[in-house]
Amino acid sequence: MIDYSRIISPAARDIRPSGIRRFFDLLESMKDVISLTVGQPDFETPWHIREAGIESLEKGKTYYTSNRGTPELRNEISAYLARRFGLSYSPDNEIIVTVGGSEAIDISIRTIVSPGDEVIIPMPAFVCYEPLVELAGGKPVLISTREENSFKLTPEELRSAITPKTKLLILPYPNNPTGAIMTEEDLEPIADVLRDTDIAVLSDEIYSELTFGRKHVSIATLEGMRERTVVASGFSKAYAMTGWRIGYVCAPREISDNMIKVHQYAIMCAPTTCQYAALEAMRNGDEDIEYMKNEYDRRRRYIVSGLRSIGLECFEPEGAFYVFPNISGFGMTSEQFAEKLLYEKGVAIVPGNAFGECGEGNARISYAYSVNHISKALERIESFVKAYR
Amino acid sequence: MSELLKLLEQDGRLTPEQLSVMLDKEVGDIRAMIDDYEKQGVILGYQALIDWDKTDREYVSALIELRITPQRDRGFDRVAEKIYNYPEVKSLYLMSGSFDLAVMIEGRTMKEVALFVAQKIAPMDAIVSTSTHFVLCKYKDKGIIYGSREVDERGNSPI
Repeated sequence: MIDYSRIISPAARDIRPSGIRRFFDLLESMKDVISLTVGQPDFETPWHIREAGIESLEKGKTYYTSNRGTPELRNEISAYLARRFGLSYSPDNEIIVTVGGSEAIDISIRTIVSPGDEVIIPMPAFVCYEPLVELAGGKPVLISTREENSFKLTPEELRSAITPKTKLLILPYPNNPTGAIMTEEDLEPIADVLRDTDIAVLSDEIYSELTFGRKHVSIATLEGMRERTVVASGFSKAYAMTGWRIGYVCAPREISDNMIKVHQYAIMCAPTTCQYAALEAMRNGDEDIEYMKNEYDRRRRYIVSGLRSIGLECFEPEGAFYVFPNISGFGMTSEQFAEKLLYEKGVAIVPGNAFGECGEGNARISYAYSVNHISKALERIESFVKAYR
Repeated sequence: MSELLKLLEQDGRLTPEQLSVMLDKEVGDIRAMIDDYEKQGVILGYQALIDWDKTDREYVSALIELRITPQRDRGFDRVAEKIYNYPEVKSLYLMSGSFDLAVMIEGRTMKEVALFVAQKIAPMDAIVSTSTHFVLCKYKDKGIIYGSREVDERGNSPI
């Protein structure tokens, strides 16, 4: 019998399985659960975008594209980023079309991080950064952002986390799971800490189209930041295209030219069909974004006001489609809270510690659901809160 | 405010309280606006969308195309009024093109609907011709796709 312990690399072996796997297993075994756990839009991809994908297949567009993606799509991404966020990237050598935002994050980290490098990650955050940094041999340095700071990264926190080994700061805003955003006023002091250093920034802007009340600002638009910033984004959240797995990553040529090597050997190119659909999305999808964003915004107001009125403390999220209420007053851990709520009331939410230890005391609730669905869930949560308050 | 109307068009059961939160307005204002819309006849009613095929009710519907001789001074209005007063008539439109009135009729059986057309509609003075088309399957109505159950197919990958 083969000795698997000699087969599996220590790096892969040591990736910690998600701490809340048990919770999700439990969730899947139960029936009639009202779930508020899903981290993707409930909208189907707008029909004209799907049609463009279908049409490309009918026309026989079934070949690899160039490694960076089709020139048309890169042109369109470049124009889109300029139009919506004032970003300027050359379609020729600064944009790579990727397999979702996930690959964008992966190749960014693999291109920048060497063994021993420290990577600063504000927490709580999406779960992929830490393991990807570790796979690259880097050392994640976690900053616990604080609820009283609206889960924003502060310059003091950043400064105290920087050492001579610091290579990269990951900036995941608008944030999953907290719904926090970083405004231009918030970003400027962060930029100021970084300006005279050789520290790069990976700005994960996958939720950039989903900010409420104000427009998203990319740190790359701040003075002196473009040269050190990699912007990772994609079509999943803005155009409800999660299943297509299509995204992009933008960086100065010196970085992008190295990223393309990682991308071409790992992936070759993003799926051709999806690139054609993405092209249509960017050409004619601004109205779709607007429609879905308004819809999320209404649900956001609805769920925040609902949670507050039943007595759950809830920081006001300004981006993405999550709320992150504070449940620390119930004398339970986040996991106990979520588990009891699931068992007793059949409502599923994600314990905050799934997004890092500092998420303990909170829970993530997704509002990528119909108002009707949210409303039924709120009723059940209310009776739960009453029983345990 | 058309946003309020759009929300109500999608879901007539939303309460003023829910709407006020979603639209960031005072409940009182929402109530007043709905009241106004109802008084002005902008909002005419609230109904449930029912897929009768899923029930044991005997049910058919048909589209009747009518060609009509318009009447002096009153055009099509008089005959339209006579037609829409029948409770069997669910909707009635004046159309451009090769016929004049489109009538949607509901009944228990095809025979019942056919008889209704033959006995009530066709004999009217102004009617030149009728053509009855029975609905075989309703795929989509009022923006709602029929027959599809709401199943959340989103993969619940941990986060």
